[in-house]
Amino acid sequence: MSEKDPSLRRNAPRLALHVPEPPFRPGDTPDFSSLKIPAAGSAPRPDTTAAAAETHPLATALVRVLGDDHKAVGPWDPKLDADTLRKMLRDMVTVRIFDDRMYRSQRQGKTSFYMKCTGEEAIAIPAQTALDREDMHFPTYRQQGLLIARGYPLVEMMNQIYSNKGDKLKGRQLPIMYSDKAYGFFSISGNLGTQFPQAVGWAMGAAIKGDSRIAMGWIGDGATAEGDFHSALTFAAVYNVPVVLAVVNNQWAISSFSGIAGAERATFAQRAVGYGIASLRVDGNDALAVYAAVKWASERARSNGGPTLIEFFTYRAEGHSTSDDPSGYRPTNEAKAWPLGDPIERLKAHLIAIGEWDDERHSAMTAECDAAVRAAQKESEKLGILPEQGKDDVGSLFEDVYAEVPWHLAEQREEALDETR
Amino acid sequence: MPTMNMIQALNDAHKVTMRADDDIVVFGEDIGFFGGVFRVTEGLQKEFGKTRVFDAPISEGGIVAAAVGMAAYGIKPLIEIQFADYIYPGYDQIVSEVAKMRYRTGGEWTMPMVIRTPYGGGIFGGQTHSQSPESLFTHIAGLKVVVPSTPYDAKGLLIAAVEDPDPVIFFEPKRIYNGPFDGHHDRPVKPWSKHPASEVPEGHYAIPLGKASIVREGEALTILAYGTMVHVALAAVEEHGLDAEVIDLRTLLPLDIAAIEKSVEKTGRCMVAMEAPRTSGFASELVAQVQERCFYHLEAPIERVTGWDTPYPHAYEWAYFPGPKRMKKALEKVMAD
Repeated sequence: MSEKDPSLRRNAPRLALHVPEPPFRPGDTPDFSSLKIPAAGSAPRPDTTAAAAETHPLATALVRVLGDDHKAVGPWDPKLDADTLRKMLRDMVTVRIFDDRMYRSQRQGKTSFYMKCTGEEAIAIPAQTALDREDMHFPTYRQQGLLIARGYPLVEMMNQIYSNKGDKLKGRQLPIMYSDKAYGFFSISGNLGTQFPQAVGWAMGAAIKGDSRIAMGWIGDGATAEGDFHSALTFAAVYNVPVVLAVVNNQWAISSFSGIAGAERATFAQRAVGYGIASLRVDGNDALAVYAAVKWASERARSNGGPTLIEFFTYRAEGHSTSDDPSGYRPTNEAKAWPLGDPIERLKAHLIAIGEWDDERHSAMTAECDAAVRAAQKESEKLGILPEQGKDDVGSLFEDVYAEVPWHLAEQREEALDETR
Repeated sequence: MPTMNMIQALNDAHKVTMRADDDIVVFGEDIGFFGGVFRVTEGLQKEFGKTRVFDAPISEGGIVAAAVGMAAYGIKPLIEIQFADYIYPGYDQIVSEVAKMRYRTGGEWTMPMVIRTPYGGGIFGGQTHSQSPESLFTHIAGLKVVVPSTPYDAKGLLIAAVEDPDPVIFFEPKRIYNGPFDGHHDRPVKPWSKHPASEVPEGHYAIPLGKASIVREGEALTILAYGTMVHVALAAVEEHGLDAEVIDLRTLLPLDIAAIEKSVEKTGRCMVAMEAPRTSGFASELVAQVQERCFYHLEAPIERVTGWDTPYPHAYEWAYFPGPKRMKKALEKVMAD
C-alpha cells in the first residue's frame, strides 16, 4: 500500500495489530516476581449449591491449600487421610518415572513419539482421586496420570506406546493416544479440543438416562481457542450438564505462550463467566487444591447443580513432546524459575510436615516405583517395540473401519497382502 | 397402505425406530417443539418427551460432538443438521471423531449414529441452502453415505441407517421432499401421491444399506443416479425414447458395485448424474469404478452430468442445475456411434 492509498488519507491514527509476546525469550532471565500469587487458604469456598455467580470472583483468584510451611490451610483443605496422600504421591512419582523411561525409549528408537507431563503430575492424579472409579474422562494427551491413578497396568500403556503385539489399539494410534472403556478413559484424539464437547455429550447421555455417573472433560490452554471449547461451554450451560470441565493452563502450546490463546486479557477460568457457569481457578501444582476443586465440582454436578469450569494454573516444565525443543523459544531455566514449584516436592514436603513421611521412606518408595516401571517395560518389550511392528498382520489394517469389511476394503486388503508376498 | 410424501415417511421412520428403542435420542436446530424447518420431526417431542427430542444451539460442531459423547455413553443419536450447507462446522467431529472411532479404538468404542441433513438444489436456496456435499463424505473411511429418492425408500433406508452399527450420513434431497421433480422447473409441481413409491407400509421395514435399486430396466445404456437426479434421469430417458437402465444407487458408500457392473456389462454404455460440482465429485468415482471394471464392455466414453464447478447461484439456479438440456447432450454423446 502506498501513502496515496485512500484508506490512509484520513486524519486518523494508523491502526496497529497487537501480536502478543511472552515475557521471556531465550537468553532472557526469567523473572516471575510480578506474578501475583495469592496466599494459600485465602480463597473463599462457596457451598457446592451456590449460584454460579458466587464462584466468579474465584475465576481471577487462585485456590491454594499448601502453604509455604507445607501445611494445609483454609476452607479448601480437603482433610485427606495420610494413606490417600501417600497413594497420590506414589502415583505422581510413578508417572514421572514412567515419563522418563518412555522418553528415553523414544530417544533409543524403540518408539516414534512420547509426551511427558512433567510439572503437571498434581493435576490428573488428584483429580481422579476426587472422582469415582465409574466416572468418565475425556482426556488430552497429558493426562496419563488418570490411568495411573486408576491402577491401569503400566505394561498396557507401554504396549500402546510400542504399538506391539499387546497393543489393544492394534498399532493404529500414535503413542500415548490411549483408550480404555473399562477404565473410563475415552480415546485420545490428536485433533485438539474435540473431546471437550464430547465430555458434555457423554454427561448429557448420563442425564438423559438418569444415571449417577458424571463426566470430566480436559483441554489445554492453547485449545481453548478452538470452537469446540465454546460449543462445550454452550451445551454444558444450556442443558445444565453434570460435567466437570478442566483447562490445564500450562502456559505453552508447543511454542506459543498462553497469550496467543487470549490469556493477556482474562484468565481461562473467566471464560465461564459469560456462560453463567461455575468457575474455579486453582494452583495446579498443589495436589490438595486440585483434589478439593474437583471434589467441589463433582459434588455440584452430581446433585444437578450443573457444570464447573476449572482452570489449573501450572507450567509445562519440559518440551511439548519428543519432537519439540523448547530452548528455541523460551529460556532454558524458566521451569526452575516458575514460582509454584515442583508438585511432587510440594506434596512430599506436606506429608513430611504433618509427620506422615520422611526422606528414607520416599527413597524406598521411589525405588519401588522405579522397579515397577522397569519390570513393566521389560515385560512390554518382550511383546515387541515399534521398529519390529507393522509387518505380520497387514490384513488387520482393514478391520474395524466398519463393523463388517465392505467389498472395496476387502479388495484393497487383497492388494495390500499381495504387496507383502 | 398409507400414502406419504418423503417428509411424512421420514417422520414415520423416526416413530417406528424410537418406539422400539429407548436409546434413540433426536436433537438438532428447531427440531423439538416446532418439529424442524422441513417438519420431519413434527410431533416427536410430544410423543417421546423433551429428554429424547430437543432443540440444540446453532452449533453444528457442538451437535455432532455431543452426539459422539452420547454414542460413547450408549445412546443412539439420530440428529439433524438443518441444511447440508451448515454441516461444515461439524466436519472435524464427523471426519476425525465419528468416522475414525471404531478404528482408532480397535473396535472398543463405536459410533452408531445417523446424521440427517437436507441437501441439493432446486428450491431457490442460493449458495447456502442448495449444496450437495456428499462427495466430502464418501471420501471418508468409516462413514456410510445414504441418499433416498422416494418416500418408500426414505423410510426403509432411514430405519436401516438407525439400526446400522456404523455412523451414517443421511442426505435428504429437499427438492423432492414434497413431490418428485423431473428437472422441468417451468412445469407444475407434482405431488408424491401420484407416484407409486408414495405408498409406504406402516410399521417396520428396512432397506439394506449398500444395495442399489434398478428403477427402470433397459438395454441401451446404464444411468447411475441418486436423490433428485434419479427423477431427472428417468424423465430424460422417456423424453428421448431411450431404453435405458436407470440405477438409483441409494447408498453411495458402500457402493453396490455388483449391480453397476452387471448393468454396464449388459448395456455397454454408461452415464452418471449428480447435482454436485463436477471436479473430484462422487460422479468421478463412479466413472473410475466403471472404467476399471467394465472397460472392455464399453462402447463409448462414460458421460458425467453434474453441477458446474462454481458456488451454487441464486438467480441463475436453472443455468446451474443439471437439468433436461444437460441430460440431453450427455445422452446424445453416450449414445453416439
